[in-house]
Amino acid sequence: MTPEEILQGLYDETLVGNAPRVLELTNEALGMGMEPQNLLFDALIPSLEEVGARFERGDFFVPEMLIAGRAMAGSMEVLRPLLAETGVQTIGKFLMGTVKGDVHDIGKNLVNIMLEGAGFEVIDLGVQVAPEKFVEKIQEHQPDIVGFSAFLTTTMPMFKANMNALQKAGLRDQVIVMVGGAPVTQEYADAVGADGYAADASATVKKAKDLLQRKRALVSA
Amino acid sequence: MSAPRLETVLRSATKEVVIGHDRRFCIIGERINPTGRRIFQEQLRAGDLSAIERDVKAQVEGGADVLDVNMGVPLTDEPELLAKAIQMVQELTDLPICIDSSVVEALEAGLSVYQGRALVNSITAEDDRMELILPLVKRYDAAVIALPNDAEEIPMEADRRLELVGHVVEVATKEYGIAAADIVIDPLAMPIGSDTATALTTFDTMRRIREEHGLNMTCGASNVSFGMPDRHTLGAAFLPMAMMSGLTSAIMDARTPQIVDAVKAADLLLHHDEWGGSWIAAHRRRQAAAGA
Repeated sequence: MTPEEILQGLYDETLVGNAPRVLELTNEALGMGMEPQNLLFDALIPSLEEVGARFERGDFFVPEMLIAGRAMAGSMEVLRPLLAETGVQTIGKFLMGTVKGDVHDIGKNLVNIMLEGAGFEVIDLGVQVAPEKFVEKIQEHQPDIVGFSAFLTTTMPMFKANMNALQKAGLRDQVIVMVGGAPVTQEYADAVGADGYAADASATVKKAKDLLQRKRALVSA
Repeated sequence: MSAPRLETVLRSATKEVVIGHDRRFCIIGERINPTGRRIFQEQLRAGDLSAIERDVKAQVEGGADVLDVNMGVPLTDEPELLAKAIQMVQELTDLPICIDSSVVEALEAGLSVYQGRALVNSITAEDDRMELILPLVKRYDAAVIALPNDAEEIPMEADRRLELVGHVVEVATKEYGIAAADIVIDPLAMPIGSDTATALTTFDTMRRIREEHGLNMTCGASNVSFGMPDRHTLGAAFLPMAMMSGLTSAIMDARTPQIVDAVKAADLLLHHDEWGGSWIAAHRRRQAAAGA
């Protein structure tokens, strides 16, 4: 296969969630001496972007998104150590968790897939994450962005509790806060003092990139 | 030996509805709920409850036996809103109500104005939730929905769900004096789109709850089809399978004839509709409506 055929194959097979084939193609490409970042930025990420766009349009459904994410994750397991060696930077570090009292994670997991697909390093704390745990993990991982997810109107008030905990720990100014989940609105995000809100997985990626860019511009200015 | 099959009695001021294993399936109409409905939320925030009237009418006409009322609007006084909504719904219909909130004060406000015997939605197997809510259930002589999940997780194995059901029943009956018949278990119907083995676990859980505890069960039926195309078809297939496994009620949208009709057909096939009286009557009503 030519490098072009490999890239096209990776794109197509990721799109349909064919994990074994994606892994094969990844290994074949590396065997031919192709660069890991080449595979990531010219095949895997564009493919996941297409998955997200189709999902947003209602052409793709939850299982298709999950298997595409899994196919990409399989390839990333091989690529991640190589990318680290070559010093390729992720575009940012995203710490994610469902708030305390809430065990819903499907939406959050979809967002994680799209964020990884866009080049973020995602650290997922899972569900039922208490404010103290967010604080502890922010100190440990130093993420650029932290995401709070809530699926219930009754667990949304945990956003505010998390914000207070960040404030108290003196972390509020060093991390961007995004909130999301089915019942969450822009208005509510504003009310709790979050930096960003997005309605779905693709919108989260755009918003996260946008917030990150603004913050970096501010820092370098 | 299998446990005796229990009956859960709900009442409004004038009407009684019984949930049970040998009875017609109980449809708990779910749409009196502002979650995800922006305009409705804004109206409620402004104190305008008029949309409730339309929602109640649609659920009643669709064949609901009980109405779920949820007033979870962020940034409002939920206890006050829920109490108002319940009074309003009780003026509009004689169906019993399922009072739906995880804000304890809202549940209490709702129970304090409710006339009859309500169903409280819901508790989990977490001791702190039970400690807050079960005394209210006892004081107001209500029934309660219990979810077999704890602070850590929604268990994906039937064994663990059964353990948690056992824990809830033990605590509710022994520590709070609530009758087992008044505990309605939600065996947790998860989205089929995120794991295509999940409904099998749910059916297995249902069979074992019926066999080991004889309890009534309910579930959020629309959750099953989340993220999938042709959601109504999935709902119409899921519910009869769940009924066969022991589900005796569901929180569902009664406005969807495809799903309601599937439930009615399953009632007939499971011998919950003797001589097909309800099935035939529904046919005549449709005929009359078409001829009118």
